[in-house]
This record gives sequence, structure tokens and C-alpha cells, in this order.
Amino acid sequence: MSIEVQNLTKIYDGQKALDEVSFSIGGAEIVGFLGPNGAGKSTTMKILSGHIVETSGTANILGMDVSKEAIEIKKRIGYLPELNPLYGDMYVKEYLSFIADIHKIKDTQKAINRVIKSTGLERESRKKISQLSKGYKQRVGLAQALINDPDVLILDEPTSGLDPNQMKEIRSLILSLGKNKTILLSSHIMQEVEAMCSRVIILNKGKIIADDTIEAIKKNWDMNTIQIHVKFRDSVNGAELSLIDGVESIKSVDEKTFVIVSKGNVDIAEELFNFAIASNTIIVEQKEQEKSLESIFQKLTNHA
Amino acid sequence: MLSIFKKEIRSFLSSLIAYVVIVVFLLIIGLFTWVFADGNVLILGHANLDILFFMAPWVFTFLISAITMRSFSEELKQGTFEILSTKPITDIQIILGKFFASVALVIFALLPTVVYVYSIYKLGQPQGNLDMGATMGSYIGLLLLGASYVSIGLFASVITPNQIVAFILGLFLCFFFYVGFQQLSNLSLFGSYDSFVQNLGIQLHYDSISRGVVDSRDLAYFVSLIFTFISLTFLTLRRRI
Repeated sequence: MSIEVQNLTKIYDGQKALDEVSFSIGGAEIVGFLGPNGAGKSTTMKILSGHIVETSGTANILGMDVSKEAIEIKKRIGYLPELNPLYGDMYVKEYLSFIADIHKIKDTQKAINRVIKSTGLERESRKKISQLSKGYKQRVGLAQALINDPDVLILDEPTSGLDPNQMKEIRSLILSLGKNKTILLSSHIMQEVEAMCSRVIILNKGKIIADDTIEAIKKNWDMNTIQIHVKFRDSVNGAELSLIDGVESIKSVDEKTFVIVSKGNVDIAEELFNFAIASNTIIVEQKEQEKSLESIFQKLTNHA
Repeated sequence: MLSIFKKEIRSFLSSLIAYVVIVVFLLIIGLFTWVFADGNVLILGHANLDILFFMAPWVFTFLISAITMRSFSEELKQGTFEILSTKPITDIQIILGKFFASVALVIFALLPTVVYVYSIYKLGQPQGNLDMGATMGSYIGLLLLGASYVSIGLFASVITPNQIVAFILGLFLCFFFYVGFQQLSNLSLFGSYDSFVQNLGIQLHYDSISRGVVDSRDLAYFVSLIFTFISLTFLTLRRRI
């Protein structure tokens, strides 16, 4: 097991930030940590990376206990903190050689060149860190996490604050790294987790409320209802529409357009068609909305 | 530890702190030693550097507080300490790296004053009429005093993310340790404990070493003072996260 967490609890000033969290991550896979702000994502990552100490429970990385063999573990992990703190007055290469120095890497130059290449920093490698754009700063943050060629990568919101192009680039970089490393990344952007991770752990208020593959989570939470967006040619009676068998609720956008929530196991397409004929009109638009991870996330975290 | 030491030295050099500290120190000390009419060496006509060793502790209270004020407060404020603390390096290595880097800067500021020693040596009548024992002792004392100030400054910097507060606090603590205990004991408030209170201050030990007698008791005092503040820094650091 690359990462194994058992009953991990962290209490800050009497407040439980993490409450008996347990999960484990195997070999080379990318796992997404999802949750609203304050759910305990960063706290878990800070404990795993050895920045803070747990109140109770255990966390193992590569078979070693994070609080007992901290230095050994730190040699073999890479960690990108939230908000990506950097020394602004250092040059990119100077900073990377400082980090390589702490890791006691023998061939510093080779390691620096390797991470500069893999993070696409070549063009900016001679600049001062404070002069870089946010996207490039994020790459420097990733580069320092990768300098020791870690087996386990812990990335706390690696794409927050980036523009869509930069996000795409960082995502493809993470995807390529995930082929032979264990990556745990956190995010509150659902599409990002859907795009990169095979598995997702959803946290809320310090507790795990879901831990499964994205498909399985979608399947489990999708069964209940289906949303249908429907538009008629003429205005229809909304009250009559809601009487159709299988319809749970309707929301009218205007007189002609409705969003219908139906029971997941009933197909109401035929009833809708008949309703349109009975109302002397036709359907001009009908669209079944796929449940995204986002709506599942909202549902999970609001109910819990 | 060496990696932190090198990084700190580089940061002193690239941020101009090193140059400003060294130039200002030499300027103030140079002016008092050679130029200002009050007690400069040429007017008094004594072949010694008493004025340098009298002024330096005072100048150091300001300069060393300024050197150390950012060492931890900035790391904690910018969050870069999180980077350091998740790398294979212990807290004590980080603290000692920073400590020795600042001490190195103090040494670099002191080194050029060796020229003054040479000048006085040459100016002496007869030539070479300079108490080398006392001068060497004073340098050792000044170095130990500087190192103590650095440990105090590091502690001041670890207890607040605000650099100005760290500076003022460091300045006050250095000042208090230098003359505060001495002055308190002069008030005769503690009866038979007065000499104990006096012994807590830096000045008594600094003056004693400056006479050219490097006593193990004085050395033990400085080492314990530095050890105490390094330990306080270490203990406070983890509570700040």
C-alpha cells in the first residue's frame, strides 16, 4: 500500500478538523480528494506530508509511519502545499538547486534539468520566481515536489487559480506522472477530478462520505432521479404536466419551457409525447440532463 | 543544515541586507573610533580600541535584530516554512542553519575592523604598544555577544509573523539582556540576590572577557544563553503552525 490511513483524527483548538478518517491507496493511481472548503482535505495532506501531527490514528506511507519515520518518508514523497508558497526573490534554478540540496541529491544539475523539462519550465528557467506568471509559479511548485523523483505525490489544489489553458497543461502533466506514481490530489472542482482521477474520496466536515470509482459513485447516486429539460411550441398548463405518472416535481422556466424531475426508473418520454398531443402542441426540444459529479457532490455535502 | 545556511547567506547577499549591515556597522564604528570628537582614538591618544568595543554591542542590538527579524516571520507568513518542514530536514537543522548564517554575517561585519587593530598597532608609541590579549579577548567577547543576540533575534522572529514586531521585540530583548539585568542589580532591589541578577546579564560577562581573560564561567554563560534561546525558538516553532 502506498498510503494507508486509519482512524485519523485531528483536533484544532477543540474543533475536529478530521474525524476518524480511514482509506488506503494502492500502487500507481490518481486519487482525488473532493470536498468543500474546510472539509479536512488540506489537514489530511498536511499530516501525510509531515507538516502537522495527527491527534490520534495512524497514517502510513510506503509502509512507514508518518510520525515515526518522518525523514525517511519525506525523502520519498513530493508535496505541493495549498497556495503554492515560494521564495519570490530566488531564481528558478537557484530555488530548485536549494531544494535538491536539502534532498542531498548527488547530481543536482541533472535533477534540475529533468524537472524543468517535465514541467515545461525551459523558457522561464532563468527568471526570478517573483517575475513568473501564476501558471509558471505553479510549475515551479510542482518542479520542487518532483525533484527527488518521489514515489508518492501529494498535491493540494494543484490547479487552483489557473486559467483554462494552464489548467489543461497542468492536468496533462499530472496524468502523465500518474502512470508510475501514486498521486493524491485535492480539488473542489468536480470536472478536474472527473478528468484526472480514477477514484475519488469525498470528504465533508472531517468525515469520508464516499470513496469509490467515479463511475460507481455516479451510478449509485444517479439512480434516484433524472432531470429532463423540455420545451413545447405553445404555452401549456404546468399543473397538468405535473400530474403525469412518474413526475416528481416540475420547475417552469417560462410558459413553454420546463425542467422536470422524474423517478430514475420510469421513462416518461411517451407520457410527455401524449401530453403534448392532448394539449394541442408539439415538443420542440427535449433533453435528458446527465448527472455530473458536481450535482452528486452538492447533494452529498449538503445532506451530510 | 548546510543547505539552509547557504540559502540564508545567498538571501542576505541578494537582498542587500548583508551589504547594508556591514557598511552601516563599519561606518558607525569607524566614525566613533576615528572621527567624532568625543573620545576618538586620535584625540585621547590611548593605543587601544576601547571605543570600538564599547560601541559595538549597542550597534549590534539594532543591526542583529534587523538581520534576524525576517528569518522565521517571513517563512511563516509566506508559508514557505511548509515547504521546508515537508523536506527531509529537521526543525533543529533549519534553526541552526539560520543561526550560523546570521553569525557568519556578524563575523563578516567584524573582520574589516582588524584593519583598525593593525592601525593602532602601528600608531602605538613605541610601535606595537597594544594590549593584544585584551584585544583578542574583546573580539571573542563581541563574537559571543553577537551570537547571543542572533539567538535572541531568532526567538523574537519565531513568535510573530510581523517583521516590525519581531524587530522591536528583538531589539528590546537584546537591550534588556545587555544592560537590563546590570541596571536592575544596581537598584539593589534583590538584596543578596543582586549579584545573581547581575550575572544573568550579558554586560558583566562581556566586560570580563574583554579584559583578556577567557574564563570558562563566562563561556558557559554565553553557551547557555544561546542554548536557551535556540531551545525556545525550537519549542515555539511547532506551536506556530
